[in-house]
Amino acid sequence: MTTMPASQAQGQAGTASGDILLEVNNLKMYFPVTSGLIFQRATGYVKAVDGISFFVRRGETLGLVGESGCGKTTTGRCILQLYKPTSGSIKFEGTELTSLNTNQMRTMRRKMQVIFQDPYSSLNPRMTTGNIIGEPLIVHNMVSNKEEYKERVGELLRHVGLNPYMADRFPHEFSGGQRQRIGVARALSVNPEFIVADEPVSALDVSIQAQIINLMEELQEKFSLTYLFIAHDLAVVRHISDRVGVMYLGRLMEVSDRNEIYINPIHPYTKALLSAVPIPDPIADAQRERILMTGEVPSPLNPPSGCVFHPRCPLATEKCSQVVPQLREVENNHWAACINVPGYGET
Amino acid sequence: MATLLEVKDLRTQFFTFSGVVKAVDGITYEVEEGETLGLVGESGCGKSVSALSLMRLIPDPPGKIVGGEVLFEGEDILRLDMDDMRRIRGAKMAMVFQEPMTSLNPVLTLERQLSETLQLHKGMTREQGRKEAVNLLARVGIPDPERRVRQYPHQFSGGMRQRVMIAMALSCNPKLIIADEPTTALDVTIQAQILELMKSLTREFGVALIVITHNLGVVARYADRVNIMYAGKIIERGTARQIYSNPRHPYTVGLLKSVPRLDQPRRAKLDPIEGQPPDLVNVPLGCAFRARCRWAVDKCATDTPPLMSVEDGHWSACWRTEDLGTSALDVNARGPATSANGNASAPAS
Ligand SMILES: Nc1ncnc2c1ncn2[C@@H]1O[C@H](COP(=O)(O)OP(=O)(O)OP(=O)(O)O)[C@@H](O)[C@H]1O
Ligand SMILES: Nc1ncnc2c1ncn2[C@@H]1O[C@H](COP(=O)(O)OP(=O)(O)OP(=O)(O)O)[C@@H](O)[C@H]1O
Ligand SMILES: [Mg+2]
Ligand SMILES: [Mg+2]
Repeated sequence: MTTMPASQAQGQAGTASGDILLEVNNLKMYFPVTSGLIFQRATGYVKAVDGISFFVRRGETLGLVGESGCGKTTTGRCILQLYKPTSGSIKFEGTELTSLNTNQMRTMRRKMQVIFQDPYSSLNPRMTTGNIIGEPLIVHNMVSNKEEYKERVGELLRHVGLNPYMADRFPHEFSGGQRQRIGVARALSVNPEFIVADEPVSALDVSIQAQIINLMEELQEKFSLTYLFIAHDLAVVRHISDRVGVMYLGRLMEVSDRNEIYINPIHPYTKALLSAVPIPDPIADAQRERILMTGEVPSPLNPPSGCVFHPRCPLATEKCSQVVPQLREVENNHWAACINVPGYGET
Repeated sequence: MATLLEVKDLRTQFFTFSGVVKAVDGITYEVEEGETLGLVGESGCGKSVSALSLMRLIPDPPGKIVGGEVLFEGEDILRLDMDDMRRIRGAKMAMVFQEPMTSLNPVLTLERQLSETLQLHKGMTREQGRKEAVNLLARVGIPDPERRVRQYPHQFSGGMRQRVMIAMALSCNPKLIIADEPTTALDVTIQAQILELMKSLTREFGVALIVITHNLGVVARYADRVNIMYAGKIIERGTARQIYSNPRHPYTVGLLKSVPRLDQPRRAKLDPIEGQPPDLVNVPLGCAFRARCRWAVDKCATDTPPLMSVEDGHWSACWRTEDLGTSALDVNARGPATSANGNASAPAS
């Protein structure tokens, strides 16, 4: 029985470390909550991410799911060094990102792009669509003249299902879904290696979701892109991910293969999450077992003791409020952080 | 059940520099008292504009309701002056938006916001308004409402804010609530809670609900009837069972086939609807879906199909409705017109 800390946790990792593009170890991101007008004092911490470890192989997609506020976006932003983590290690192609200086990080950033969650605020309202998409091309010197620039922007627009003539329009002239596609095109523009896609298709119509997902998969294959795919649509996550991690209140609760985690969910939280997904078929949906979880995710400012899920957990025992469960390999290649599941072993 | 809302040939347009956007282009439907109607369709197809038109909240300029009738309890609200409309809007129909922060005032406590609405629309005193505000928060499942009511919107989580929005919508006992993507920004367990809440409250109080969403699962679970919209028009309408088990418009079929389903094995590739919806400034002649349709025939390029009856309570706006049997949903079916030569414009047999 191994506990997670990534380096040894993934039996696979030890043998094929060359495959690992990104390795996150015991990552913590605490945001200080301050008070006092002149001398700001930290009076507490929001434990947005509280000791998570995982790895992402080159060319694969790791899906990250979990309830609002559980730390998915923060995890993504820490990886991109948009936040300076409180502690922990983030290795990208073997380079420790947390110790890079600004210049070194700027070079690194071309390899790591992000697609944002919110299509309304992530686009500069005063820039034309063409310039929003093309800006990174200029920043990173990726085109040599105006024709090439225009052509590339047009091509990117077509990739995401927009018309090249829309390059002259401004974001407010597009509906929410169309704006999100502009964000996807912008991220793709610099041919990155790694993309943190933070709810990239949540705002899109399903037929377009399927196009973007197929497109992301095609591009992934073509350029061996690696994705960290954050989403709350579990069906979409299962489709696009090779492996899936389930987060809750700053912790990873379960990590496994996409099929394994859906066919054989182990953690009680994963089970509840899966059962909350409505199936697009009234007849099939009515036949599914439903576990309606009560309550909300507790505040990360004051997380419950022991297992953070225990106040909402149907399996919770007294011990759960005392012991912090570790992510352990409870079945082959299947990691879960719950002391009450078979295979967890001694606490 | 009595008819609460009748929308007849509603048309809303935006007059922009690039031309006239026909955002809502002649839609007709009705909503029964207490029913839940799902409104589904592609991004930009006019769902929000059609909802805002019902509330007469279209920004003018550039927008204008240019035609049609909206009969609410038999009265054409498009003819009301703005004062009367404001009265109806607060008291009889309410709206819940996707992004609660845009409709909550960030500098006022919930108590102020809720009680002001109640004072305005229900003639309550300040004190009554305050009491009712606490009641409302309790009713939508916000723990410790006495304390929470004195907090500001930013002190609430996304799911909690959406509960607050529902509380506000319910505050004046409306007959109709229009929820525009009420749970899109929320994750699934909270979505389930919010939708269960809306469903039980609408049942309890007999409130009709129009839910705008692109989540076909949500519609399947919660809607009684469904309108599928495309390019400013309703292209299919029926009960949820009819729409999901016997879709009769190629667009609906395409939608159902493009979603991954948790209850089925993972498919190697998703099956999207290729292409993109038309620009509503230049909607082509004939059927607007034609360019993306695997079933299209010549007639589709020239004649715009109206909603035609398929079975009792089920309409589809497709010239080839008859040819779309139940096999259309088969994962492998690509539409008979394409099976021979892969060319979507093959003539009908
Ligand atoms: N800059 C910040 N300062 C303080 N607290 C923050 C900051 N960013 C995030 N948080 C808090 O950290 C927690 C995790 O937030 P995060 O945005 O990572 O969640 P998420 O899983 O992405 O949620 P969602 O599904 O709603 O996007 C939340 O409680 C949030 O309020
Ligand atoms: N203020 C405006 N000015 C110009 N055009 C507008 C305006 N508001 C909406 N439109 C256009 O009207 C059409 C319908 O928009 P609407 O917001 O109703 O779409 P929707 O179906 O709600 O899409 P989504 O799923 O993305 O929310 C779109 O083509 C949009 O570009
Ligand atoms: Mg997030
Ligand atoms: Mg909308």
